Order: sequence, then structure tokens, then C-alpha cells
Amino acid sequence: MKILKTFITLFLFMSFSQLHSNETNNILKNKILKNIRCLICQGQSVYDSESDFASSIKLIVDRKINEGLKEEYVYEFLREKYGDWIVYDPQLNKKTYILWLLPLLLFLFGGAIIYKKVIINKNNKT
Amino acid sequence: MKNKGILFIVVGFLCFSFVIFYKGLNNPNTYIPETNKKKNIPIFNARDFYSGNYITSDKIFEENIFYIVNIWASWCVPCRVEHPLLMQLSKNQSVKLIGLNYRDNFNNAKNFIDEFGNPYSRILIDKDGTLGIEFGAYGVPETFLIDKNKNIIKKFVGPINQEIVNEIKLIIK
Repeated sequence: MKILKTFITLFLFMSFSQLHSNETNNILKNKILKNIRCLICQGQSVYDSESDFASSIKLIVDRKINEGLKEEYVYEFLREKYGDWIVYDPQLNKKTYILWLLPLLLFLFGGAIIYKKVIINKNNKT
Repeated sequence: MKNKGILFIVVGFLCFSFVIFYKGLNNPNTYIPETNKKKNIPIFNARDFYSGNYITSDKIFEENIFYIVNIWASWCVPCRVEHPLLMQLSKNQSVKLIGLNYRDNFNNAKNFIDEFGNPYSRILIDKDGTLGIEFGAYGVPETFLIDKNKNIIKKFVGPINQEIVNEIKLIIK
């Protein structure tokens, strides 16, 4: 009886961890698929598309995740095959410096103006 | 003086934005594949069309010659158009053609080959399209030229024409 109890507990534990692992993989897979552009569709991600190309990419991503590969590696694999265009989130490189840095510069510039207007003027008044 | 400075910054910013957006108008918003980028051939394991046995990429590309990988399907109309040119290329001794049968029905593919001839030294089955992804393909037909160092040196999207055949012949000569 004791052996049976141990066996059932072990079985339930293993099933639960398997279920948990599948769910984690599914979340990661959907996250990756939403960030991959369907190259033959108009403005659709691979996640949203049912095209042949999208379904092949879905299978590849699923395979890579099940092999235990990390999210970044999956993007790297696809970038190597299709270039930066395949991924919605562009990497920081010499082509995208302006894209990444301009909002930050504008934010700092705006912040400086607000600081000058509000804080310094307030100090001058007092 | 202060207002002039602000006006200058605003106008400067608008001009900058205009240039960026104007340049962006000329950029196409569709995918344009890099056709001349040198890449290593992928490492894969695929099923042979006739024997049904699995074979590794090392075995497929083992000879010290040029290879052409052509992705085709019996349902693909442009594949019929380019087929006579593939037959013409297959007569060349310094190149071997490998066919990748993409998302196809076996009997239809076999009928296609029986009807139009077999230019391929080996045909591989790509039932789910993942082998095509390994090559960086996104449609059918696509053709890849592989050099003796096992690098993909050229990629031709769409059906090949006589001009492309001449270009390939010039490279493999």
C-alpha cells in the first residue's frame, strides 16, 4: 500500500511538472510568434497568420523551444535566415541608432525644458 | 531672442522629421530577400523521395562539385515553367541538382516528374515546409546555388529563366 501511495504521488508530481513545462513553453512560443513577421502576409505576425510560411515557422519555433533553446537564439536563427526584417523588435545596431536613441533624446530635451520652466522659475519667484 | 531660439529648434526638428519620413517613403515595406549573401548550408536530416530513407545533409552534399537546390511542388505553376531549364542544367557535369519537394502529395509529385522528366540527382521530401525554412526560403519555386566549399552563394526567388541559367553556367564553369 505504501509503495502504491508513493507511486501515485510520484506519478502526479511528474504529470504536474510536465503540464507546467508545456504551459511555460506555450507562453514562450506565443510570445516569440507574435514578434515574428509573416513575410508573405500584409502586416500580420506569424502568430496571426495561417499561411504555409507561417505554419512552417510555427513548427520550427516549436521544435527549437522543445530542444531547450532560448528566445534570443530562436530570433538569431531566423535573423540569420531572413535578416532583421523577420523580427518586429529591431536590434540596436548602426542602422537603428536613431530609432532607439531619438525618443530618449527627445525625452531628455523635454525634461530639461520642463525643469527649466517649472523648477528654475519657481526658485526665481521665491 | 529666446523665441527665435525655440522657433529655430522647432523648425530644425520638423525638417529632420521630414527628411526621415521622406526617405522612409522610398523604402519598400515588403520583404526583399538578400540574394547574394554567402551562407553556410544548413545541417539537416531529410527523407529521400524514392527510397523513403532518412539521409543527412553531409551525405547529400558530399561531392566536391557545385550543387543546385531547387524547391518545387507539383501544384506550383511557375515550377512547370522553369522545369525545362532545370532539365537543361542537369546535363551539365559540374553541377548536381537536389530537389526539395515542398508540401506536396507524393503521387502528384511523382506524376509531375514522370511527365516532365527528372532533372534531380536526388529529391528530398519537405512535407511541412521546415526544410525550406532551414534554407531561408519563403515560397516556391526558389533555387540556391551551392559552391564547392558548401556555401550558398546565390539565391534565386521565383522561377529561373534563361538569363539565370546562363549566369549559373558562368559561375560553375
